[in-house]
Amino acid sequence: MSASARKVDPARIEIRDVTKRFGSFTAVDRVTLTVEPGEFLTLLGPSGCGKTTLLRMLSGFETPTEGTIHIGSEDVTHLPPYRRNVNQVFQSYALFPHLSVHENVAFGLRMKKLERDEIDRRVAEVMQLVALQGFEQRRPHELSGGQRQRVALARAIVPEPEVLLLDEPLSALDAKLRRAMQIELKRLQRQLGLTTVFVTHDQEEALTLSDRIAVMNAGRIEQLGTASFVYHQPSTPFVADFLGEANLLQAEIVGREGEAARVRTQQGWELTIAAPENLNGAKRVVISIRPEKVLVSKQRIEAGNVFPARVAEELFQGATDRLTLQTSGGVKLTAIVANESAIREAIHEGDEVFCGLHEDDLVVVRADE
Amino acid sequence: MRPTSRSFSSRRAGLRAWLLLLPMLVWLAAFVVVPMGILLVYSFCQRDDLGRVVFVFSWENYARVFDPTYLAIFGRSVAYAAVTTVICVAAGYPVGYYIARRSEKRRNQLLLLVMIPFWTSFLVRTYAWITILKNDGLLNGMLQYTKLISAPLDIMYTPAAVIIGLVYAYLPFMILPIYSSAEKLDNALVEAAYDLGAGPVRSFAEVIVPLTWPGIAAGMLLVFVPAIGMFAITDLMGGARVPMIGNVIQNQFFQARNWPFGAALGVVFTLLFAVSYALLQRRRVWEEE
Amino acid sequence: MANAPTSSRFFARITALKLLNAFLGAWTLAVFAFLYVPIAVLVVYSFNESRLNIIWQGFTTRWYTELLHNAPLLTALKNSLLIAVFTTFFAIVLGTAGAWLLYRYQFRATRLIHALVSIPMIMPEIIIGISLLIFFTTVSLSLGFTTVVISHVTFCFPFVLVAVQARLQGLDPSLEEAALDLGATPFQAFWRIIVPNLRPAIVSGGLMAFTLSMDELIVTFFTTSAKSATLPIRVFGMAKIGLNPMLNALSAVLILATIASMLFSGNLKKLVMKSA
Repeated sequence: MSASARKVDPARIEIRDVTKRFGSFTAVDRVTLTVEPGEFLTLLGPSGCGKTTLLRMLSGFETPTEGTIHIGSEDVTHLPPYRRNVNQVFQSYALFPHLSVHENVAFGLRMKKLERDEIDRRVAEVMQLVALQGFEQRRPHELSGGQRQRVALARAIVPEPEVLLLDEPLSALDAKLRRAMQIELKRLQRQLGLTTVFVTHDQEEALTLSDRIAVMNAGRIEQLGTASFVYHQPSTPFVADFLGEANLLQAEIVGREGEAARVRTQQGWELTIAAPENLNGAKRVVISIRPEKVLVSKQRIEAGNVFPARVAEELFQGATDRLTLQTSGGVKLTAIVANESAIREAIHEGDEVFCGLHEDDLVVVRADE
Repeated sequence: MRPTSRSFSSRRAGLRAWLLLLPMLVWLAAFVVVPMGILLVYSFCQRDDLGRVVFVFSWENYARVFDPTYLAIFGRSVAYAAVTTVICVAAGYPVGYYIARRSEKRRNQLLLLVMIPFWTSFLVRTYAWITILKNDGLLNGMLQYTKLISAPLDIMYTPAAVIIGLVYAYLPFMILPIYSSAEKLDNALVEAAYDLGAGPVRSFAEVIVPLTWPGIAAGMLLVFVPAIGMFAITDLMGGARVPMIGNVIQNQFFQARNWPFGAALGVVFTLLFAVSYALLQRRRVWEEE
Repeated sequence: MANAPTSSRFFARITALKLLNAFLGAWTLAVFAFLYVPIAVLVVYSFNESRLNIIWQGFTTRWYTELLHNAPLLTALKNSLLIAVFTTFFAIVLGTAGAWLLYRYQFRATRLIHALVSIPMIMPEIIIGISLLIFFTTVSLSLGFTTVVISHVTFCFPFVLVAVQARLQGLDPSLEEAALDLGATPFQAFWRIIVPNLRPAIVSGGLMAFTLSMDELIVTFFTTSAKSATLPIRVFGMAKIGLNPMLNALSAVLILATIASMLFSGNLKKLVMKSA
């Protein structure tokens, strides 16, 4: 099943103004989203944010209360799951316990009433693709977690779906295996050029795998963009906080200097920040800075904003050190610094240090009039 | 909150689901609900001299049910069932508890030994006792052969025989539920009771029994309720000497041919059953809370 | 040795526990003796030459031969088997479908339906018997094979339903969705994926229905005719008259059949568990 042999081209998904209500609870709230052909898009959010419901509307297990969903040129809004050319990898894998690996993988092809030879050929191909040759006659319970995961994946891609849906497929694996499977998943997805929608609450996984990430909260998409854009330029406090870690500072704008603005935090700290266009007219803002962007040194450092601070707490984390900094103004900042004590001057609890914040690293995640 | 995770797989039933369930619903309506309704209607009817049912409303049957003769029979049935239940709990509890405390392999072997009588026809098992207890049966034969007695003992057709028959029939029904709740009992709880200074008797009374109460209650339901209405064992072991409510009802339908009165007895019995069921169920829920 | 009294009390307790355990073991042994001695006597005396049970007069298989030539008993056995087979079939269909639908969909009256299903399971048999007798008379359905099967299905299918329901609770709820996702229609998903996974429960529920039907006396008593008399009905009639060594032989056969089917179902359970 090389990419060129595929008979079905990856499709574009268009979700238009989709709302899903369960009784009085709105699980998905007017979501509009386009997934490009061949794109790997991740729906990221905490549990209950509506990502799973949105995915289930793509697979056909739920019907939108309002709005439409198109896959390719077809309106699938009201199509049952078995009429859609969409396949899913389930969180529990949902491998059929009474069928062998071969029968599991062949199930979708048999439902399509393909010839036996054709089925056997395609199953053999996909088993090679997921490196599971020789396991065809095993039962699911005789496989390891990672192998089951690959069977589930093989079963979902062998019918050559227009869209592949992944519902937290890696959550049952341990950390090491998960990383290995992430790489394999990404490789397969690239190789097959599948339009893929991936649901996860694991932000690290989302950052690693996705072309674009849609961060969801309370039934809505808070931000949509490439992994690095969403990480570096979070547009809301929620996104800043959920994706990675963030120091959030509430501040008031006190002056403008061309491309930059002066703000004063609640605690009376004055900072210079890069001011985007949309800041015009704003009075109060919430600023985010990533812990790894907080510079810490015993010497005075070059940065837009430099303050003296005291190390209130130090946590050794292996490759990094996590520091809690207490500034003179009463602001607490979390900083994550590389742990290279041999080269770097050692910083310890109780030390007096300087902390520096670059203007460009201070991102406005909320602006109020 | 994940309201979504199962909503397709247990979504609201549409017309199709109702249609698919219809055969079962029709079955239950036709052969459970409607017959019970007709039973109730019959219980208010009368019969003519030929035994035919006359559909004229009357309380007469119920008045007759509360006649001392029949009240005594009801009382006796309940008393016999109660005695049977008490003996079954006393005899069965140690067994269920003992089996539950064995190693898994041993447990399965012992359980099989309980299951065999459980699944063996109660008629066969009752008959086994008849061959032993009859005047010309094994027990009397042995006793006479060994010259311990000169004339055969009258054991059959006495209340004792009926009780032996009932206990023998229902004992496995008591052991199994007690076993299953004793098996769920965490041994650490018993050890904790010992550790806190409770002796075997106090830990039994204050820890083990309350925790295995659901099994006891289930066993009581499985023994008490059917034992009240059981007429076959009382027929075989008690003859006509100790008629039970089951025998009287059966008699109304076949020999006496007074269906309305039989129906009234049935309705009262159903009420009796419902009350005892509700009592045992309620206690169980309360205990589990 | 300040703690001597404590430790001696401790040992006293250990001894008490050991004693308790020994007592429980002895008690269990006694109860098993109570359960098995009559059965053993029954089986042993089925080989006794004498018509009476009192004294052993020599070994014979005569009663078994007589049993094989007793037309009424054989007819009753045939009736019982036929009724049990039909009952099992309908009980499995009704019970499995009912369990699946009640699990799969939320019916507005789910609680009421569950209560209705449990009535035939817990209701005293004599009430089921007389109410069905009155019902069949009211709708002028003459008593016989059909009425017995209807009565048996009524109290057997809830047992299948409960067994299947327990199994459904343990099944991955995504299995059906996975089948639908791969292009199976709801019926295909049920038939090819759900039913095979319910097989152990269907088998044990079916076996239960079969045994219940084979052994049923009370409900059958009210709903059968002389022509469709089942084995328990005949045995009841014979046992009422008095001792009969042929009944010993028949009982021995029935006990053996019970043990065999239990061992078979145990093995079956293991087999299914191995393959599932």
